[in-house]
Amino acid sequence: MGAFSFLLNSTIGKKVIMGVTGICLVGFLAVHCFVNSLIFVNDGGELFNTAAEFMAHNVLIRTMEIFLFLGLILHALQGINLVFKNMSARKVKYYKQDGAANSKWYSRSMGLLGTLLLLFLILHLKHFWYVSRLTEEISSGDDTLFGEMKEVFANPIVVAIYIIGVISLAYHLLHGFQSAFQSLGFNHKKYTPFIKSFGFWYSIIISILFAVMPLALHLGWVK
Amino acid sequence: MSENMNLTLKVWRQRNNKDKGKFEDFKVNDISPDMSFLEMFDVLNEQLISQGSDPIAFDHDCREGICGMCSMYINGRPHGPKEGITTCQLHMRSFKDGDTIVVEPWRANAFPVIKDLVVDRTAFDRIIAAGGFISVNTGNAQDGNSIPISKIDADIAFAAAACIGCGACVAACKNASAMLFVSAKINQLSHLPQGQPERMQRVRAMVHQMDKEGFGACTNTGACSAECPKEISLVNIASMNCDYIKANVIDSNG
Amino acid sequence: MSLNSNIPEGKLEEKWIKYKSTVPLVNPANKRNLEILVIGSGLAGASAAASLAELGYKVKCYCFQDSPRRAHSIAAQGGINAAKNYQNDGDSVYRLFYDTIKGGDYRAREANVYRLAEISPNIIDQCVAQGVPFAREYGGMLSNRSFGGTQVQRTFYAAGQTGQQLLLGAYSALERQVGMGNVTMYNRHEMLELVIIDGKARGIIARNLITGKLERHFGHAVLICTGGYGNVFYLSTNAMGSNATAAWKAHKKGAYFGNPCFTQIHPTCIPVSGDHQSKLTLMSESLRNDGRIWVPKKAGDNRNPSDIPEDERDYYLERRYPAFGNLVPRDVASRAAKERCDAGFGVGNSKMAVYLDFKFNMMRYGKVEANKAGLNDADDNEILKLGKEVIKEKYGNLFDMYKQITGEDPYNSPMRIYPAVHYTMGGLWVDYNLMTNVPGLYALGEANFSDHGANRLGASALMQGLADGYFVIPYTIGDYLSKEIAVKPISTEHEAFAEAEKNVNDIISKLLNVKGTKSVDHYHKKLGKVMWDKCGMARNTKGLEEAINEIREIRNEFWQNVRVTGLADEFNPELEKAGRVADFLELGELMCIDALHRNESCGGHFREESQTEEGEALRNDSEYSYVAAWESNGDKWNLHKEALNFENIKIAQRSYK
Repeated sequence: MGAFSFLLNSTIGKKVIMGVTGICLVGFLAVHCFVNSLIFVNDGGELFNTAAEFMAHNVLIRTMEIFLFLGLILHALQGINLVFKNMSARKVKYYKQDGAANSKWYSRSMGLLGTLLLLFLILHLKHFWYVSRLTEEISSGDDTLFGEMKEVFANPIVVAIYIIGVISLAYHLLHGFQSAFQSLGFNHKKYTPFIKSFGFWYSIIISILFAVMPLALHLGWVK
Repeated sequence: MSENMNLTLKVWRQRNNKDKGKFEDFKVNDISPDMSFLEMFDVLNEQLISQGSDPIAFDHDCREGICGMCSMYINGRPHGPKEGITTCQLHMRSFKDGDTIVVEPWRANAFPVIKDLVVDRTAFDRIIAAGGFISVNTGNAQDGNSIPISKIDADIAFAAAACIGCGACVAACKNASAMLFVSAKINQLSHLPQGQPERMQRVRAMVHQMDKEGFGACTNTGACSAECPKEISLVNIASMNCDYIKANVIDSNG
Repeated sequence: MSLNSNIPEGKLEEKWIKYKSTVPLVNPANKRNLEILVIGSGLAGASAAASLAELGYKVKCYCFQDSPRRAHSIAAQGGINAAKNYQNDGDSVYRLFYDTIKGGDYRAREANVYRLAEISPNIIDQCVAQGVPFAREYGGMLSNRSFGGTQVQRTFYAAGQTGQQLLLGAYSALERQVGMGNVTMYNRHEMLELVIIDGKARGIIARNLITGKLERHFGHAVLICTGGYGNVFYLSTNAMGSNATAAWKAHKKGAYFGNPCFTQIHPTCIPVSGDHQSKLTLMSESLRNDGRIWVPKKAGDNRNPSDIPEDERDYYLERRYPAFGNLVPRDVASRAAKERCDAGFGVGNSKMAVYLDFKFNMMRYGKVEANKAGLNDADDNEILKLGKEVIKEKYGNLFDMYKQITGEDPYNSPMRIYPAVHYTMGGLWVDYNLMTNVPGLYALGEANFSDHGANRLGASALMQGLADGYFVIPYTIGDYLSKEIAVKPISTEHEAFAEAEKNVNDIISKLLNVKGTKSVDHYHKKLGKVMWDKCGMARNTKGLEEAINEIREIRNEFWQNVRVTGLADEFNPELEKAGRVADFLELGELMCIDALHRNESCGGHFREESQTEEGEALRNDSEYSYVAAWESNGDKWNLHKEALNFENIKIAQRSYK
């Protein structure tokens, strides 16, 4: 390990892991969002299904998927670790703490938002990844991923849960996107304002798109 | 000028490090808006002494915002409701008649309470002792003008060096992280040519000591900088992170 | 005991050079066995502790604050002088020496001051090397400004926080040695007694302020670097904790106290706002470069300053001192303000303030800016707005500080200022080696009396503290310690330690057992009022005689009726304060005795009996050209005189007209 032991042994190193894995996950989200947005073509899911097929069978994508999962697990575990370590750095709590005066609530709630996201992810993976990758239910015949989506989102409770999950994602990203650069030691007078506004719009747009998908399927905007 | 006011104070009392501690309520009357927050505490202590009770212990010294000794957590914020000042610079005109003010000590494992509102901040000294210096013995120095330093770099170094080591950053941070303090010193020295020879070694040693003291990790909420009486910038933390990564990954002695 | 200042023979400019090359040295192996106790961690203490540890001595350093970085040197705003002559404006070691002697009204020792001026450039080099971020020009060179009415630009600065930056530099050097194990740092420790064995300083009794436990520490030498005693006045620009206790205990154990009455009153401080006031805040002297000082011509004029027309204002400094105007030295400016206020022309609620008005120069700068921007038809409001920007750029932080404290906006109405106690030139008497008359006991920085005479020039305090610590003591201590190499560390079981500890214990229990009705602050305020009224900016026989009696009364009452809460063996700030005030109550008396005996006006010491027809200070060189060194003798003091010989400077009456 040598040069990289600091990643596990120091507070800054741990944050570097969070930043690197976070940026990878942000990249994944863009791809995921793009592919899924193909449902808005409104061609009965044809284009989307083709893309999904490709994603499910391309060797390169499948390999990256492994790393993605590793990154996700690392991000989650390290995140949980940091939350507990940070909480224990102040054993006696304040009686009155006015956090709103000096920081954003979502910046202070990354652990909570992350946990909500993780719970959501478990459900989400069960809904789609499990059935598309680990079972033979999909792609054997008429049952497509698009069809699966329509089925899942027929249930209004599921739609509600997805929207809550996406809202958590939005806030998690609002802080996480720019924070990752800070953790990796990048804060530049010229570029940081751009990173911040890019991160802001990225979080908003991606989240809106993700939120509209279940709604659109549930309400029949997309058929 | 507004009228004098009557206030209720809810203050943390703790006899010593072993004691569990609790809040006590006090009333102070006829407080002039021109008083500083600490002068209001003087009035309260005078009151307590005349009643024969133990006055409240709190750290303070210069009372002009530069020594960094005062350290009260007032109504949920280090150094109280106003930005860019220390507790000793906070004046009572920032409060109004009838207010209840909650006053607590800095809270962090690395800052154990000594008594009432007084905490032990020697962890900061130990971090500086680990590497917050340039190793130059007295008499070693060359002429002050022999190394030109651009005004821009000198100004950046100065802005970082303005840190008064009060610990408000730690107190404000939800993780009790000391990154702003540590990075301010690192960044001061890394912006000066004199600081280059030990740059990598310094960041490793100081971060190591910081972790050893039990401060939390930075999660970039920005609370430290927002509450810093000297408005030290978050950029310092990023620069420190960058140096720290370099010092471990690239530097051959790391 | 006779006073020997131990000034080396030879020509003024060769004394220090020759001294350095001939002073006995201690070999490195022996240094490791020699222990030095440094009391105080300000500029003098931190720099001395660090430098001595670098040489190899075993050093212990003590401060009452929670960290050595808090020492009050940190609050110095303006800058530090050095005879670098970077500006090519005719500065030299001799000129800095001359200005310091003259500024001190010819009451300082030539050899010491010359050495100070000689060392001054090295200080800047050392600080730059440590990473002190001094202000720079765009070309990368160090920037200078003029300060305190000198004619050359020799002041180095770091915005308005020069003291902070220099102290943090010394602090980092100190912490480096702490990290290496060469210095043991004792935070939250207060020296409460000096231990003398066979006539030599051999250790201290310190109280651990957290536990209250008394500790015995042995040292081959003890350095008092504890700053000045301005807090004897209760209200001063000193920090709340600044105290004279270590120096006073040393004095009681035999060290002479030099020129205690020489106090500097700084002219530009924020006035007292009420009885609750706990300390005074300085507004940097640099403000006088752009502010004009005035009071209304009519006594008791209650109009708003902006409603008072130009011809009804009295710019009294410009009127009295046309040559220097608003830039006269500190003592002159302070006395002039007091004179106006005493005569009933003061302003503000308390009537104890004068205006420092920037409008004139705002307009002047505004016009320049308007011209630059080509705004030929700008009206007065626009010009004023542009001028405010210039002032903001120069003094923004000071204006903010003023607004923060007073709640008034100094951009729109003049500042109200009044003089306040700022620095004490007097202190423990030391010889050329910085050693007191007690062998092995040294005093450095503001704690000694040596370099500023009767008045200190602006930006010279930082210079002296660092000169003493970095460059003087590392040499001069060798002169003494080279003879001490055979002395094995004395056990702290020695009876002298036991006795000293008993003394401290007795005083602590005495303080705790009075169990009276009045707080420590009550007596401190009372003492301060007497000192300010009768031993402040102007002094006279009658007032000083009264003051001596009043102080004795306050002291008696203090010991009969003070209430010190809490216990001896716990963290007890009231007890700390009580001990310090008890010492101030003795020191205050000595200051008045000294002021009474010195029947002349010089520098910060203005005796009403000794003034010219125009009301200016009048020195009496034939009778008072000496250092008054007071020896403690029970409840009394014996006076020793060290004659001051001026061989290189012609003495003249100061004139700023």
